[in-house]
Amino acid sequence: MSQQDVIKSRSMLLQKEMIARNYDKITSGEVKVSSTFVPGNLNELLMCFDIANNLPEINAIQNAMRKKSGEMIMEAERSGHSEDVCTYVKADIGMMAKGNIAPNGKPFPDPDVLLLSYTGCFTFLKWFELLREQYKCPTVMLQVPYSADGQPTKNHRDYIVKQLKEEVIPTLEKISGIKFDIDRLREYLRKSAKAEDDLVWMLEQSKRKPSPIDCYFGGVYYMGPIFTAFRGTDEAITYYQMLREEIQERIDKGLGVQTPEGEMGEEKYRLVVEGPPNWTSFREFWKMFHEAGAVVVASSYTKVGGVYDYDNFRHDPDHPLESLADYCLGVYTNRNLPTRVDMLARNIKEYEADGLLINSIKSCNSFSAGQLVLMREVEKLTGKPGAFVETDLVDPRYFSAANVKNRLESYFQMIDQKRRAGGSATTLA
Amino acid sequence: MRTFIGIDLGSTTTKAVLMDENQAVLGRGITNSRSNYDVAAAVCKQEAKIGARFTLFKNALGSGGGAEILLEDLERNFRLEQFLSELNQLEQTCENYLDHPRFKDMKSALREALGAVFRQIETEAPAIYAPEADRKSDFFRDIAGSRFMDIAERIGRESGISFESLLNIYDKSIIDVESLVHSDEVVSRQLMNGLSRALKELEGVEVSEADAQAALKKVIDLELEETYVVGTGYGRVRLPFPKEHIRSEILCHGLGAHMMFPGTRTVLDIGGQDTKGIQVDENGIVVNFQMNDRCAAGCGRYLGYIADEMKIGLHELGPIAMKATKTTRINSTCTVFAGAELRDRLALGENRADILAGLHRAIMLRAMSILSRSGGVTDQFTFTGGVAKNESAVNELRKLIRENYGELTINISDESIYTGALGGAAFAYRAV
Ligand code: SF4
Repeated sequence: MSQQDVIKSRSMLLQKEMIARNYDKITSGEVKVSSTFVPGNLNELLMCFDIANNLPEINAIQNAMRKKSGEMIMEAERSGHSEDVCTYVKADIGMMAKGNIAPNGKPFPDPDVLLLSYTGCFTFLKWFELLREQYKCPTVMLQVPYSADGQPTKNHRDYIVKQLKEEVIPTLEKISGIKFDIDRLREYLRKSAKAEDDLVWMLEQSKRKPSPIDCYFGGVYYMGPIFTAFRGTDEAITYYQMLREEIQERIDKGLGVQTPEGEMGEEKYRLVVEGPPNWTSFREFWKMFHEAGAVVVASSYTKVGGVYDYDNFRHDPDHPLESLADYCLGVYTNRNLPTRVDMLARNIKEYEADGLLINSIKSCNSFSAGQLVLMREVEKLTGKPGAFVETDLVDPRYFSAANVKNRLESYFQMIDQKRRAGGSATTLA
Repeated sequence: MRTFIGIDLGSTTTKAVLMDENQAVLGRGITNSRSNYDVAAAVCKQEAKIGARFTLFKNALGSGGGAEILLEDLERNFRLEQFLSELNQLEQTCENYLDHPRFKDMKSALREALGAVFRQIETEAPAIYAPEADRKSDFFRDIAGSRFMDIAERIGRESGISFESLLNIYDKSIIDVESLVHSDEVVSRQLMNGLSRALKELEGVEVSEADAQAALKKVIDLELEETYVVGTGYGRVRLPFPKEHIRSEILCHGLGAHMMFPGTRTVLDIGGQDTKGIQVDENGIVVNFQMNDRCAAGCGRYLGYIADEMKIGLHELGPIAMKATKTTRINSTCTVFAGAELRDRLALGENRADILAGLHRAIMLRAMSILSRSGGVTDQFTFTGGVAKNESAVNELRKLIRENYGELTINISDESIYTGALGGAAFAYRAV
C-alpha cells in the first residue's frame, strides 16, 4: 500500500492541519517561541504569554516518520555524541546541524526561552544544556521532584507552586513583555479539563470487545493535541469531540480497530504495552500486530504527557497553579516502579488484556530501567504472560524486523498455548 | 498409519522428526538448509520417513539372531545405494551441461575426464560406507564434493583439461542434484537394493533372506500418512505452509525439551543466529523467554567467526579448548572485539587452548545473562542447539550454573539438534 493509500479519519486530518498550523506559527517569526518537553509541559502557562510551544521530542518523531532521523543521528554522532545517548536528543542535535529546518520546510527560529519543566527524565537536563549552548537564550527550569512515594505530596506541590510564582512566571513575563493574568490561565485550564474528559472517555472505550480503537499505535495519534501545543485551546476541544464522535460511530456499528491498511480482522489478542513505540518502522511494527489480530487496549506511552485515567487527574481552574504542579508531578515517567506496576496490572485486569508486552528502548533509561522487574511483577499480579521486544525510538539502525517479529509471534502463540492449557474457550489451533 | 511431522528450518541445517499416534518418535531426518527451504523441508521429511521405516523394520525383526547386525548393515548399504544413485544423477547432470556452447570444443575430452572421475568415486564408494569407515559428513554434497575435487584435480592434470572447467560443471550440477527430492518409489528401491547387498555380506545372521525381504517389503508398503505437519525455525515464514501449521521456535524448543526431559523447567538453546533462554511449566508450556538482541554475540556464529580467525575448523574449537590449563579472561562477547582480543592475546604469547577456553566462557557468560533475564535457571535445566555438542562450551556452562544456581540436573541429549523439530511434531500431534 502506498503512502497515499493510508486510511485517515477526519480527526486525523484535523490533527495534521493543527500540527502544520503550529509549525507555521513557530516559523512565522511573528511570535515568541519556547522550546519545552512533552512530559509535564506548561502549555497553558506559555499561552498566557502568547508564547508558541516548540517540542524537540515531537520534532524528532516527525523526522523519524518522514525517514529523516537516520541522517540526523549520524550527524550528531559525527559531532561526538555517543551511540548510547537517547536518540531523540541526537535527532534534535543533528537537525540543528543540518540547518534546523522545520517539517514545513522553513527554518526554525532560535527560541526566545528554554522552558525545562523536567519530569522524570534526567536526559532533559543535559539536552537543554546543549540547546542553551547553541542558542545562548534564557533558560528557566522548573524542578519537579521525582514521585518516589508514588503520590505527589503537599510539599512537592508547594515547592513547584513557589517556583512557578518566583521563577517561571516572572521570567516569562520578562521575555514576553506580557503581564501574567491568572484568570486567563483559569480559562485555559477549564478548556484543558474539557478536552481531557473526552480523552479519558476515549481511552476507556478499549474496554469494549472488540475494542474500537488501538491505544498504542492509534493512541499516539489520539494523545497528540493534549500533550503538545493544544492543551487549553478550543481546537483541542473540537478535536476530541470529533474523535469521540468517530469512535462512537465505530461502537454503534460494532467495528473493531481501524489500521493504516484498513479494518483489522478478528480481535484475537488484547495487550497492554509498556514503552514508547519505534517511530522509524512504525507502520511495519503496527502491521505485525494487526496481522496477528492483536489490539493494544492500553499503553503507558499514551500517559507520558500526563496521566488522566489512573487517579482521575484533571486540570483545575479553581486551583490553577496547584493543578499545574500536580500535573507535572503525575506524568508517567515521574512515577516510581510500584506505581507503574500497579497501573499496568490494573490496566490488564480492567481492560481484560491477555498480557503485557514491553517494547524496551535501547537508549531510553527513563523507561527501560527496571522494566524486567516490572514485567515479572505484573505477571505475578495478573497471572498473564509478559514478553519483551527491543527496538529504538528514532534510530532506524535499531529495528530488526525479523527479530521483533519472531518474538511477537512467539508471544502470541504463548498466549494461545496458555489459553488452551487454561481450558478457556478458543478456536485457535 | 497416521504420522505427525515437525520440521525445524534452521539457518544451516533443516531437521525433521516423525511421530506415530502414540507420540513415539519413529524417525529423524536432517539435511543442509541450502538456499531453498522448500527442498530442504522435503528432503528432511523424506529422511525422517526413511528413519521411520528403519525403526519399523527393526521392530519387525525383533532382537536376537543377529538382527542388530543385519540392521546396521542394511543402513550402511542403503546409504551406499543412496549415494550411488545421487552420484549417478550428478553424472547425468554434468553430462547435460556439456551441451553448453562454451564447452563445445572440448566436449568429448571433458566427457571422458568426467567419466573417469565418476568411475573412480563409484569404485571408492563401498569403502566410504564400509563398516567403521569414518565420514566427516553425512551429506551427499560434502562427501561427493570433496572426492570430486581431489580426483578431478589429478585427472585434469593428467589429461590436460583445466580443473576450473570441471569444477565449473560440478558447481552448476550439484545445485540441480541437491534440489531433487527422491520419490517414495526410488527410496523403496534403494532400501530393497540395500538389503540385498547387506544379505550378501552377512555372516552370523539367522534371519533368512526371504523373511528379511518379506519383512522389509511389508514395512515399505506401509503408508506413512502425513496427518499433520508443523514447521518452525527461521525458515518457517518461507514455507508453503498455511499459517496454522507454523509455530515459533521458542515454543517448539520449549515443548521439545519437555518431551525429552519432562522435568525440564529452563531451556537454553544456542543456535547459529540466536540464543534463547526459555522457561516452561510442568506441561512444557512456555511461560517466559528472552533472546539476544540485535547482534550475534554469544551465538553459534560467534564460534564460527573465532574458528575462521584462528584458521581451524569449527569442530576443533572445543577439543582444543579442553586442553587448557587455565581460562584466559576474555572481556568481550562482541564478535568483532573478541577477534581483536584474541589476536592481542596470541601476540602476547598466551596459550591458544587457554584463550579458547576463555572464549567459550565468554559465550556462556552471555548465555547466563539471557537466562537470568528470562527468569533464572531452575531444575531441571536442558541445553539444546548445535553448541551443546561442544564439550568445552558445556563444561563452562556447567561451571557457571553451579556457581550461580547450585547443583541442578543438567540435561544434554545427543539428539538435541532435533529438539525444535520434536516440539513441532508434538504440536502437529496436538493440532489434530
Ligand atoms: S524519557 Fe527516554 S526518550 Fe524521553 S528524553 Fe528521556 S531518555 Fe529520551
